[in-house]
Amino acid sequence: MITATVETRENYLTHEYGVKSWLLTQDHKRIALLYLGAISFFFFLGGIFATVIRLELLTPPGDLVSAQTYNKLFTLHGVIMVFLFLIPAIPATLGNFLVPMMIGCKDLAFPKLNLLSWYIFMVGGICVLYAMLQGGVDTGWTFYVPFSTSYANTYVILTAVGIFIAGFASILTGLNFIVTIHQMRAPGLTWYRLPLFIWSMYATSLIMVLGTPVVAVTILLVALERGFHFGIFDPALGGDPVLFQHLFWFYSHPAVYIMVLPAMGVVSELVSVYSRKKVFGYKFVAFSSVAIAVLGFLVWGHHMFVSSQSVYASMVFSFLSFLVAVPSAIKVFNWTATLYKGSISYDTPMLYAFGFIGLFTIGGLTGTFLATLGFDVHVTDTYFVVAHFHYIMVGGTMMAYLGGLHYWWPKMTGRMYAEGWAKLSALVIFLGFNLTFFPQFIMGYLGMPRRYHAYPEEFQVYHVLSTAGASVLAVGYLIPAVYFIWSLRYGKLAPDNPWNATGLEWQTTSPPLPENFEITPVVNHEAYDYSILEEMKVG
Amino acid sequence: MANHTLALRHHFDDVEQQKSASTFGMWVFLVTEILFFGGMFCCYTVYRSLYPSAFGHASNHLDVILGAVSTAVLICSSFTMACAVNSAATGAKHALVAFLWVTILFAAAFLVVEMSEWHLLYKEGLMPGFNFTYHDVDPGHVQLFFCMYFAMTGLHASHVTIGIGLLGVMAFRASRGVFTPQYYTPIEISGLYWHFVDLVWIFLFPLYYLIARHLQ
Amino acid sequence: MNPSFQLLPEQASATAVHLDHLTLYLLIVAAIFSTLIFALIFFFAIKYRRRSGHERPVEVHGALTLEIIWTVVPFILMMIMFTWGASVFFEMSRPPDDAMNVYVVGKQWMWKTQHLEGQREINELHVPLGRPVKLTMTSEDVIHSFYMPAFRVKFDVLPGKYTTAWFNPTKPGKYHLFCAEYCGTLHSGMIGWIYVMEPAEYERWLAGGSGGESLASNGEKLFQYLACANCHRTDKPGRCPNLQGVFGTAVRLTTGETVKADEAYIRESILNPSARIVAGYQNIMPSFQGQVTEEDLLQLIEYIKSLGKPGPQVGGPAPGANPPALQGGAAAPARSLVPKQNR
Repeated sequence: MITATVETRENYLTHEYGVKSWLLTQDHKRIALLYLGAISFFFFLGGIFATVIRLELLTPPGDLVSAQTYNKLFTLHGVIMVFLFLIPAIPATLGNFLVPMMIGCKDLAFPKLNLLSWYIFMVGGICVLYAMLQGGVDTGWTFYVPFSTSYANTYVILTAVGIFIAGFASILTGLNFIVTIHQMRAPGLTWYRLPLFIWSMYATSLIMVLGTPVVAVTILLVALERGFHFGIFDPALGGDPVLFQHLFWFYSHPAVYIMVLPAMGVVSELVSVYSRKKVFGYKFVAFSSVAIAVLGFLVWGHHMFVSSQSVYASMVFSFLSFLVAVPSAIKVFNWTATLYKGSISYDTPMLYAFGFIGLFTIGGLTGTFLATLGFDVHVTDTYFVVAHFHYIMVGGTMMAYLGGLHYWWPKMTGRMYAEGWAKLSALVIFLGFNLTFFPQFIMGYLGMPRRYHAYPEEFQVYHVLSTAGASVLAVGYLIPAVYFIWSLRYGKLAPDNPWNATGLEWQTTSPPLPENFEITPVVNHEAYDYSILEEMKVG
Repeated sequence: MANHTLALRHHFDDVEQQKSASTFGMWVFLVTEILFFGGMFCCYTVYRSLYPSAFGHASNHLDVILGAVSTAVLICSSFTMACAVNSAATGAKHALVAFLWVTILFAAAFLVVEMSEWHLLYKEGLMPGFNFTYHDVDPGHVQLFFCMYFAMTGLHASHVTIGIGLLGVMAFRASRGVFTPQYYTPIEISGLYWHFVDLVWIFLFPLYYLIARHLQ
Repeated sequence: MNPSFQLLPEQASATAVHLDHLTLYLLIVAAIFSTLIFALIFFFAIKYRRRSGHERPVEVHGALTLEIIWTVVPFILMMIMFTWGASVFFEMSRPPDDAMNVYVVGKQWMWKTQHLEGQREINELHVPLGRPVKLTMTSEDVIHSFYMPAFRVKFDVLPGKYTTAWFNPTKPGKYHLFCAEYCGTLHSGMIGWIYVMEPAEYERWLAGGSGGESLASNGEKLFQYLACANCHRTDKPGRCPNLQGVFGTAVRLTTGETVKADEAYIRESILNPSARIVAGYQNIMPSFQGQVTEEDLLQLIEYIKSLGKPGPQVGGPAPGANPPALQGGAAAPARSLVPKQNR
């Protein structure tokens, strides 16, 4: 019965056809799909670089690629994964698709800016790709001066300009979300009735709007210094390279929260729907997002404990970093408590949510290790740090992103994916991920520095484990790529609310109408109130 | 009717919501802009506190008269912009168009004065990267001062240029009669932007031109 | 060293032992928390698995007590981490007063070390057992980081700045030296070895080899060669400050401020003399930027340091003094006796 309505109803995918209808669309749902296509491309590109890096590290001497090539590989891997995949991943795809639907409005406040942000993102991405095709860049994604300004012989300016431009896409997305969430909520949808995903997107947007301009101007100064010898960070003139690091990490640490806060929002949704319970401690989870966003701006100096910043500054930054860990811990405990006396199903998105909680817990705990001053001195710039941030960014963000993509796939495309394959891939990704990155913790504590093209023999056993894990992980990521595409044509038609969820996005058709809702919904219950489903059935 | 469809986009409930969303959006954008300049003001603060005397020497190479003139011109432009917003609110179409053009004129005058300052510095050999031949006291730190000066005034000038473009579009649309007392949000938010650009200069002027007057 | 399987790095300093104790605490806390969370998730996931599609779980409302417990307990455990970590960090950043000084210059892509006695090494550093070693480090080009895992010591090496690190080796042997801050193409080749030797053996090593003269006397030669002594005289008041005993003292500047005459100030005064001029003197000293290498600067500093002690007296410029041989692979920049004005 439901499927019949889907076939007859005009939806956002069918009401217009043709390339032009996509490239000039102002519909947030279509723009979300444009972003999905773009970031998927960048993800697989970054993944190819990662694969070559892991293959190179299989043996101690640098025998597969040259040192210069290796440096370009890890730089491009970092630049593409951070700026062109992880930062836009959840906000620009899931966020773009869901923010208006979850708050019951027809579109984001500024649809033209939203489309513009996609074009800006693409121009930035193309700059980076062009730099890559010209010969790449080898400064590391951190662009530390004076190496990037005076010593590197690669396409630094082009890449920097690409990142600068892509930054504006992120600013526009954040601005759009903030205004939309403030001004356009459906009648009755008060702040405390918002789904937790919206809270996390709001916190993320704050960081995008406040942090991105700082890194943009910093990268611009690097380009100026390189292009026109404007030596603002040049030690020969008395400029301070450490000042660059302060400005860079002022954004780039909060950027980690741009990646992981949306992931936390997704997981809050998943944990609730697959245990059919309200999220335990709703307000604590909501405000912990805001607390992370605010405190996240005060901890950047923990990247610089050995950079020659003052010992006392390091102490303050260490202390504040521990404070950030508290709201993160609150979230983990509340998710766990939500499971208590729930009705837990093992659908694929929930498997990803379990994976997220586990990997994020390890990533978060090792994060407190790194905030510990003395410990950080030993392991900073080693594989310990590499393992830690991959646990957060890949283990955390990527798991949640995939979980969210599976969860909302029926809504976005109107088709169900292949459940058996999906479960298998979730398991493969989880195992492959741990095999890849867990050995790197041990390797890092043993002293293996990061960004090494060749390394002493005693580390080989860990590198071999890691490379083996990476190949498992690669297979794990390829499986969803196949069955998602397959499902577009052959997947079962999706009902409007396949998971019996309560969010407003599930109260419209799958896929949604061009204007989301037939009539603007009125909200008179809290988020995750599963009793309304029965009322609706009765009604 | 035509005006009405132009004014209210389909996804808003009413004109009121659209107006508050646009204005709020501009404020959020200005917060972004503050952080954008903030990074550079932060560099300035650090370097000036490290090298106060070099910054003092260097500052006295700037022409305070030109600086003062450009400040005055910019303040006048902010005044005419405020008048333009007021005219839009009262529906005085011709006054609106006229005030917008006067604002653009002042903005252009500001750019001319600033470019002449840059040209003077270039001729004096105080433009890092292009012509820097200063050999007197503490040349390294003086060069740092001028790097900061050109980076910050350059960024500001690019904002003025964008502002001119924006106001040009607004003037064109105003002359077509797009704005009414019920719908003039674009004028209002362009005004917000313009006052912000003006305000940034109000900080730049003393920080670069006036810090070491007493040493002359 | 030993290419076989390792789980923990070698402990070759007291700091390493202290740090490993801290690590043990961190691991225990992490193990307890992750086990707790994983066990709860497994338990709940199995016990409360969905048995039928229609079941409706009982709502459990949030509990303030629980929220407070899981906010406060982690906070307390983390404050222990913070305090403990900070105390180890303070130990790492405070070299003892009796530490033996070694200079380190990093450049793309090698480490150059100089002992006070004059020994220079490349990608190697020999140190005696049981004596604290203080490293004073700088870079000729980009940022590097001096990292010795066995001693749990790492500190960035920056251009235009001196940074310090220290360690007290407690076990003889050969240990890794890595560059830990990405510095360009051959970053992974910027590695070397630290040799910790029995004190007697170290003395023998110091006596042999390519040592030659001490760092300070090399610095003195350079001082003569660059004609510094023409103005910075010790026998009579000159046009420039007398450097005798100046190191480590507070110097008053023309601006009225005072500055401590440490390594950084002396370095700045050689490269950018007009930046901070000593009260009572004119801005007449030319810059030596481009004429002295970082190693030369360290020698000059060591010489000026040595002037503080009663001992070597500065004479007039020795006629025809040979330029001190520059070693360590650094190409000596062209020198002229009359230093050019700025570029």
